[in-house]
Amino acid sequence: MSENTLIRGPEQVAPAVPPDPAAGGVVSVAVSEPTQAGAADVRSGERHPEGERVRRFGPLEAAGPFLRRPGFVLAALFVVFVLVSGLLPGLFTSYDPTATAPAEKLRGPSLDHLFGTDELGRDLFSRVLHGSTLTIKATGGAVLIAVVVGLALGVVAGFLGGWIDSLLMRTVDVALALPLLLLALAIVTALGFGTLPVAIAVSVGIMPGFARTTRAEVFRVKGQAYVEAARTGGASWIRVMWRHILPNSWGPVMVLAILDFGTAVLSISSLSFLGFGAAPPAAEWGTLISGGRNYLITSPWLSLLPGLFVALVVFSLNHVARTLEEVQR
Amino acid sequence: MSAGAGANIVELSGLSVGYRRRGRTTLAVDSLDLAIASGETVAVVGESGSGKTTTANAILGLLPANGQITAGSIRVAGTDITAAGERTLRAIRGTVVGLVPQDPMVGLNPTMRIGGQVAESVRRRGVDKRLVPAEVVEVLERAGLDNPVLRARQYPHELSGGMRQRVLIAIALAGHPRLIVADEPTSALDVTVQRTILDHLGRLVTETGTSLLIITHDLGVAADRADRVIVMQNGRVVERGDPESILLASSDPYTRHLIEVAPALSHSGHVVPRFTEVDPAPEILRLEAVSKDFRLPRTSGGDRVFRALEDVTLSVRAGQTLGLVGESGSGKTTALRIAMGLDKPTSGRVLLDGKDITSAGWSELRPLRRRFQLVHQNPYSSLDPRFSVEESIAEPLVSFRVGNRASRSARVRELLDQVALPVDFRERRPSELSGGQRQRVAIARALALGPELVFLDEPVSALDVSVQDQILGLLTGLQRELGVSYFFISHDLAVVAQLSHEVAVLRRGRVVESGSTAAVFAAPEQEHTRELLGAIPGQRFAAALAAAPRPEGIRSEPDGIPAGSEELRS
Repeated sequence: MSENTLIRGPEQVAPAVPPDPAAGGVVSVAVSEPTQAGAADVRSGERHPEGERVRRFGPLEAAGPFLRRPGFVLAALFVVFVLVSGLLPGLFTSYDPTATAPAEKLRGPSLDHLFGTDELGRDLFSRVLHGSTLTIKATGGAVLIAVVVGLALGVVAGFLGGWIDSLLMRTVDVALALPLLLLALAIVTALGFGTLPVAIAVSVGIMPGFARTTRAEVFRVKGQAYVEAARTGGASWIRVMWRHILPNSWGPVMVLAILDFGTAVLSISSLSFLGFGAAPPAAEWGTLISGGRNYLITSPWLSLLPGLFVALVVFSLNHVARTLEEVQR
Repeated sequence: MSAGAGANIVELSGLSVGYRRRGRTTLAVDSLDLAIASGETVAVVGESGSGKTTTANAILGLLPANGQITAGSIRVAGTDITAAGERTLRAIRGTVVGLVPQDPMVGLNPTMRIGGQVAESVRRRGVDKRLVPAEVVEVLERAGLDNPVLRARQYPHELSGGMRQRVLIAIALAGHPRLIVADEPTSALDVTVQRTILDHLGRLVTETGTSLLIITHDLGVAADRADRVIVMQNGRVVERGDPESILLASSDPYTRHLIEVAPALSHSGHVVPRFTEVDPAPEILRLEAVSKDFRLPRTSGGDRVFRALEDVTLSVRAGQTLGLVGESGSGKTTALRIAMGLDKPTSGRVLLDGKDITSAGWSELRPLRRRFQLVHQNPYSSLDPRFSVEESIAEPLVSFRVGNRASRSARVRELLDQVALPVDFRERRPSELSGGQRQRVAIARALALGPELVFLDEPVSALDVSVQDQILGLLTGLQRELGVSYFFISHDLAVVAQLSHEVAVLRRGRVVESGSTAAVFAAPEQEHTRELLGAIPGQRFAAALAAAPRPEGIRSEPDGIPAGSEELRS
């Protein structure tokens, strides 16, 4: 019995895992999301179907699966453009969004005025770009609040289980039963107008989704053998929580976050369309669409172009989220 | 090798099957020739990645989307199906070739009654609608299910694993196929159930003149059941012949290696305990008259309480191994969880080094956790996929705040060396490791705190035989080096014999027999123990093997033996 030789004979090394999707593609997304949720996504993007991180592959190689999807590249580029232009609108337009020029009112789209001008002769393109600042801030705030609160609720519910879980989840179910916009309207009415109230209002509407997804993921990971292994290794629950459960469960949550950026953009635009947004003359996407309604027959671009712009943003965000989800799988 | 070409149901000639991945094609099966005649039972044996399941899928035309036949041809019942379309394949599946899938737990539709699922394949034969129910009952009965009328009305979750496997066999039989392909038909089942199922399948084949292709990783099963055995490695046939000549006079080093590493075959078909003389040693862990009840959901007429363990007394001695054997549902895992303090017994005591830890809470038990650790059954789920090997191994050290970063790192190197993994594995993720390597990491993690007692929960049941042998060798080596005790649970008596000094046989929550491994295996007193021993596959040629001169020097040249069975895993 020559056990020693046997002991010393390790199985052959499994071939290294093929280059993983992730880092590179996420880089572009990460750029596009300056909020904390976006930063967290860098980590979630590093997930493989089995969840391992990538170290040995260059970002270019890892971006392969993303770059091979032209739709994703276009969508991501557009999201980046909206973000950059929202934060630094001066880069893309030289017009002052509030400067009126009665002589040039209601001009159609042209090279001078890409989106045309409104009833006061203000450049619509410039107003759309400047208007995105408010929407982006409110969207980022809404998703951030929803992620943080939803994650906390979901973790507590999934981790503790029992009656606490039932209580939290039934509350979340009730919140889920109320229409998002109705809830948001009620909250905005109660809190008053402005970017922060709007962000809070929308976040309350999208938070239940995060809570439920997180709870399900925490539940799943909690049952994994490596959690039990860590526990029998003497790790405290808090350590298990931070080192094992959270890192392994927030992948799907982050995909949901990006998906909910789209929902939040729509809700915020809807609110400002209904007049629950920034006060004039500040531009906001919903306000712009709403303002153009009076000229729908004579100057349809006043409503249509900002509307299309919003639709494109939401579509791009959804596409980015879908691609991330697919690659993660 | 086989009867005339016309009588062959399946003829594979020069078959190569590859999987496309990232523009490259990896061959899973390489120029395979195989012919199965009517009424013949052929077994294909190999470890993971040997291409045995790919072969079965190719015969059924069930290759996954990225699989393609790169060379050779497949003829089933005279029809060339190498490039056949779905329509031709459907005409063959079920009626010419029937499949008994691998996992009875997932092989049935949980939302359909058993009868309906069997009826599907009966109907495909064009049986008159009114006769279908009668045929369903008949085929269920032929598959060996008691009370077939009732079974046909039940749902899969109401049946045990063995019964579900019989239903799957019934479904395969219902189409009156000329060939049944059984892909690891009993791997998920207990040995005793395995034996009855295989016996039954063999009888059906003889009665109906059907051919049978058994795909298995277990050379013992293959040798017991087949007329011809084909041994595959890395997609190639390394040896073929009748089972007797393969077991007794194999010329191929890989086959000999497989025989040598299979605990049930290596000692001429007898299970021989590794430790025959056991020195008395002090007790380190003792379970005293432990009982455990589980409360059942309220049902009409049923018991409210399920007694998982009844009056179980076990003891683990310092530096030695206690093997706890039993079939699924016998209470092994419950006993282990109670011994580890993860569950509380309903009555009885747990003593660690004479100290009563029965009612110790988590915080009282925590300092003691340094002294006993656990290795899980499934190495694929017991490592956090996001942790590097070093992080995983060092985790218990971090949890107990042992040492600093540098000393932990040094300890990890030392542990990696002890479990025979290269030091540069520290940075790897579990997904970059094979099953055996993962289990080595799990063992290293369990040893990190220098425990006196390690609980092993079926540590090798998820691994290939040759890897299994290496891990068992590693565990015995570590025990000799470090003097750790093992509390080892397994359903596989042959594996228990390799590791245990003492053994306890558990049945329905009761210890039916216990004692030194040598004594229990040499002269089992209880019927149940004899049954378990008798059901270990590979005993068909035990007598002949014992009589035959043993080939010289097999164990003396393990280095020359390909350990590359995991090579194809990617």
